[in-house]
Amino acid sequence: MQKNRKTKQLGKERLQRIIDLCFSVEERGVDPFLINIDDLISVIQQFFPEWKNPEELCLDAEALHQIASAIKLQSDWVKQRSTSLYRDPFLVMEKLQTLTKEDLGLLFLKSWQPIVQLEQISPSSMVEALTYWHNLTPLDERWRKDELLHILARTATREELIEQQIISEKKFSKELEIFWEELKRKVGNKQKIEYWDFIGDETYEETVKRAYLTSFLVTYGYATLEVDRLEEIIYILPFDIPKPTANNKQATSLPIPITFEEWRNWKAGERE
Amino acid sequence: MRKKIYYVTQIKKAAHLLLFKRHRKPGVKGWELKKELGSDYSKILTLLNKYLEKLGLQIKTVFEGEKSPEKPTRAQLDKARFFVTLRGELTTKETKMMGWRIDDIAGLAITLSAIIAEKGKASRKDVEQLLRNKLPHWRVSTNLDRYIREGYIDQDESGFLFTDWRTRAEIDEKTLIDLILSK
Repeated sequence: MQKNRKTKQLGKERLQRIIDLCFSVEERGVDPFLINIDDLISVIQQFFPEWKNPEELCLDAEALHQIASAIKLQSDWVKQRSTSLYRDPFLVMEKLQTLTKEDLGLLFLKSWQPIVQLEQISPSSMVEALTYWHNLTPLDERWRKDELLHILARTATREELIEQQIISEKKFSKELEIFWEELKRKVGNKQKIEYWDFIGDETYEETVKRAYLTSFLVTYGYATLEVDRLEEIIYILPFDIPKPTANNKQATSLPIPITFEEWRNWKAGERE
Repeated sequence: MRKKIYYVTQIKKAAHLLLFKRHRKPGVKGWELKKELGSDYSKILTLLNKYLEKLGLQIKTVFEGEKSPEKPTRAQLDKARFFVTLRGELTTKETKMMGWRIDDIAGLAITLSAIIAEKGKASRKDVEQLLRNKLPHWRVSTNLDRYIREGYIDQDESGFLFTDWRTRAEIDEKTLIDLILSK
């Protein structure tokens, strides 16, 4: 039992040495014929009956694999040496040391056939290049970074909304006329109605929309605004027929804030 | 007659393609020739080669990889690079006109011989050591970099030098080694 264990231990060491030897020959690039393949194979054969567990068998397989690699190296070595190009490196180096620069240069010229190539500009390529040059945008334009434009916030005009297809011109005109009719109906015989009473609606969004439409009613001459500066009340007065804005009259703008707070106050007052 | 005109035109076109510099690397790929000249470009190149012989020039083919196939397939030809090279030998006077000093040529000869002798791979340090015997120290590294830049040799990450595409196109490696050994 003790002897068997010793044999196994010795066999494992021998296999490891085989692996290391083959590996070092491959790594250092030394002559692979320094390895005696027959000897290594006999060692593997000698110890093979001892291996029982998978670990031992793996070591055996690894040793065999390394031997196979060494055989491949020997095969490549023979192939390389058998080619017409192979010359003993020592001989070549020796010759290189003894030859003069001039001799080496002259020898090289006998085996050198340089590539023939032209770099020539033709009149047509010049014309083509000139056209390209004219069409080429300047570097400061080509390399300009896209930057955000800083613009002042302002209200969008109806034309801009139509242009951006947010609203349709036809639909808007019709909507404006319906809105004008509603204004006239609400005013009745009183001639005017308080601005907030007309634009005010159930929701804030709807109120804003009505204020927006009202601004167009005034701009296009369907109605006008009257401001009671003492009471700070704005009235809206519809016309029976739209009045074109007079060219000779200076148009005045009347900014009316439609804030959420104001809408809420108006809504509370209406309930009271 | 029509066929003759066709071939004359195609030969002229092939000469222009091969002789005028089109890319950073000289020469034309097989697929480019096929695109410009048609699938019978090999025949056109053979005719052009015959004409170039009179001028002391020749068409050379460099295939991908280190070895040239004996009977190249169409796919191999398409991937190969075609050049026009000198057919005969250059004189020292001619090399001076090309911008090569005798020192540079000798340096290239030593570098390539060392690489070929070392089975196609030589350490840059060893080659530099070899060159320092014959060239001023300051020229050694500059020259090696020039050979790399022009495609005669290449260097890998571990600092090993090996021959590159231009050596395969321009230099008869066997003749070079034979000449050095026979001297």
